[in-house]
Amino acid sequence: MSGAELFFYVLAVLAITSALAMIFTPRPVYAVLFMVVNFVAVALLYLQLEAPFLAAVQVLVYAGAIMVLFLFVVMLMGPAPAPLWEHIPAQRPLALLFAVGLLGALATAIRKGAFTPLTGTMSSAIATAGGQSQALAEHLYNRYLLPFELTSLILLVGIVGAVVLARLPRQKNPTTD
Amino acid sequence: MPVPVEQYLLLGAVLFVIGMLGVLLRRNAIVIFMSIELMLNAVNLTFVALARHLDSLDGQVFVFFVMTVAAAEVAIGLALIVAIFRSLGTSDVDDAHMLRG
Repeated sequence: MSGAELFFYVLAVLAITSALAMIFTPRPVYAVLFMVVNFVAVALLYLQLEAPFLAAVQVLVYAGAIMVLFLFVVMLMGPAPAPLWEHIPAQRPLALLFAVGLLGALATAIRKGAFTPLTGTMSSAIATAGGQSQALAEHLYNRYLLPFELTSLILLVGIVGAVVLARLPRQKNPTTD
Repeated sequence: MPVPVEQYLLLGAVLFVIGMLGVLLRRNAIVIFMSIELMLNAVNLTFVALARHLDSLDGQVFVFFVMTVAAAEVAIGLALIVAIFRSLGTSDVDDAHMLRG
């Protein structure tokens, strides 16, 4: 087994274990921490797939900002009571059945894909731009400029929505109004 | 010898299915929400693996957009969960049934 394969399998096992632990732990705080482990493992896999900038963004945005937000809300709500599993009859066996079915379908599709083995490194665009981040930036700001601008609208809607939802209901007080 | 791209796609599929199981099995709103993030992350891994396979940066650009949508979604979703928690005093999705007919 080569070094690359060892790297991949260790990280794959880590990612799957932490994802399973995230689902099965009864405590939300532990779930958030397992999720951080999962995101870091996936970020390291991005490094192996020659996406170093995405790996950095994954750690900063996902493992950093988003999970801190989750942790903040979990702490705000206080410690959770006993394990909370679905209690609708037949939902658990049906969920397992659908999960196995979906995994089987995806695995079959991937097996039938007949991908050629990866060769060398990512070449064309990166070499001309002079680096991975430069190539990505050229792509983002030329070909995908309009979608890039639209994401700022999405973020604005996110900010406005969060402010509106998190605001306390206005006090009915005639002296200050 | 690089790892074959099928291995990455299989890992993405497994992580996606685990996220789906979390959504279907858990009742805590925060854990359900994190499972959705896990599914988005699995799709991101698939995008990056196929970008590497096709020697094209389009897949990596898409991951940026998915991350942006996920960040906005987290801001709104967590605000909703906090609002529900403030009015009902619980984060159990089965307790939020005021709209049931």
